[in-house]
Amino acid sequence: MRDTTTAPVISAQALNLTFQTGDGPVHALKDVTLDIAKGEFVSFIGPSGCGKTTFLRVIADLEQPTSGTITVNGMSPEAARMARAYGYVFQAAGLYPWRTIAGNVKLPLEIMGYSKADQAARVEKVLELVELSGFARKFPWQLSGGMQQRASIARALAFDADILLMDEPFGALDEIVRDRLNEQLLALWARTEKTIGFVTHSIPEAVYLSTKIVVMSPRPGRITDVIDSPLPRVRPLEIRDSPEFIEIAHRVREGLRAGHLDD
Amino acid sequence: MRNVLPVLTVTACLIALWYAAVVPMNQQWAQDQARRAGQDLSFSALVADTMSQQRPRLPAPHQVAQELWNSTVVEEMTGRRGFMNTGSLSNRSLIYHGWVTLSATLLGFAIGSALGIALAVGIVHNRAMDASVMPWAIASQTIPILAIAPMIIVVLNAVGITGLIPKAIISTYLSFFPVVVGMVKGLRAPDQMQLDLMKTYSASGGQVFAKLRWPSAMPYLFASLKVAIAAALVGAIVAELPTGAVAGLGARLLSGSYYGQTVQIWSALFAAAILAASMVALIGLIQRVTLKRMGMAA
Repeated sequence: MRDTTTAPVISAQALNLTFQTGDGPVHALKDVTLDIAKGEFVSFIGPSGCGKTTFLRVIADLEQPTSGTITVNGMSPEAARMARAYGYVFQAAGLYPWRTIAGNVKLPLEIMGYSKADQAARVEKVLELVELSGFARKFPWQLSGGMQQRASIARALAFDADILLMDEPFGALDEIVRDRLNEQLLALWARTEKTIGFVTHSIPEAVYLSTKIVVMSPRPGRITDVIDSPLPRVRPLEIRDSPEFIEIAHRVREGLRAGHLDD
Repeated sequence: MRNVLPVLTVTACLIALWYAAVVPMNQQWAQDQARRAGQDLSFSALVADTMSQQRPRLPAPHQVAQELWNSTVVEEMTGRRGFMNTGSLSNRSLIYHGWVTLSATLLGFAIGSALGIALAVGIVHNRAMDASVMPWAIASQTIPILAIAPMIIVVLNAVGITGLIPKAIISTYLSFFPVVVGMVKGLRAPDQMQLDLMKTYSASGGQVFAKLRWPSAMPYLFASLKVAIAAALVGAIVAELPTGAVAGLGARLLSGSYYGQTVQIWSALFAAAILAASMVALIGLIQRVTLKRMGMAA
């Protein structure tokens, strides 16, 4: 039995996942071994089909690995999901059009049986956290895409899970909005001390946000490089022009290129 | 309100076409009458006659409107058996017959909608029902209702069930189908991402239904309810035909055709159409209010 205070929050050992498709088996994950410690911000970067989203979905118990072991908070992913150990943010905000912003954020709380008073207090708190306090009574269609995505992050934060899994949450947004949301996400991470798993296509986004960058490559989906970022935890946007930042970005790019050379 | 003008224009065109058709349709009888009387029929006299025959092949619009007025308001206000004189609806008024049909329609519609929703819930949640129910539902609708309606009436009559229930069952038979089809589609409207989201909350099947599938299905429900209530009315009218034309709009149609009372047939037809349109409009109103409250203004 490992000591739970230092044990990794997420631990994958020799994980394999093969999808059976009409064109034969697709090896989505091959021998993925990775430990994520508490409070880390881990980005998964790689081209389409490298298995980064699949890995996130395995952590969330939305996909079943074919072989290998994975634990989340020391439990199986299913037990962790049942214990509501994580909040998940999808590529699209996926807010319910028939619920107000507050109603959407309240959705997980209703399902998990929080008291009415607790629901209201939590909704207010997380909407403030994502800077949407004035929009509680608006319907999703009255908000911009960036605001909708922030609302969906608030929804994932509402029940205060220690782990936040984010699958390209800002992929559909423009560069300017994305920068702003990245900044806000870092501030939120600093305040809440959550463990974050973050899937992205964007090298600057991965380097700017992460304490650990996992570079993946496709066919079969595997990890080609794991970079522990030397950047400090507090990061102004200007840090992206520093030599350290550029050096890490360069290493990520090299890792992505190496993965492609195998083709 | 800007929709009113086109609708009125189309209505005016239809009425004009109808009037234009009245003269050629009814002229035979008018000319026969004139010949027997040894008179020459001028064109204006021909037109006047074709517009005011007792038993025209095609009654003129104003005759139908007159009959509708007489057999509703006038009958109930001044008729010997009317509401004003007896305190109950006259069995000669379209209000009475319309209500007889409407009550069967509403009962059948209620049962049919409930049955349709229940079947759709079963189909969406149960693999065996998914594979087995839909083909039967489709097959049920390929049987002509005119063929099966008398059977249902006769069988139920044999076990002592008469009156409202057999008619409501035939309404049910026609109205459950659009609700099944619409609600299966509606309950399956949530995409995989929304279902995955529910899974990350470890939501129970009941919670997924109540919080996701049911609200998603609302627009589909109202669309199919509109079709269903019109079908329910058709079912109730058809069900009245084999019962011997006692009461109801179907009975008015049947007795009208027995005695060649074309004006009565047409006014019963219009009464049915007005009834159907009002019910569809009522559901449309409920739909608007509901979807507006849900933030999904249609």
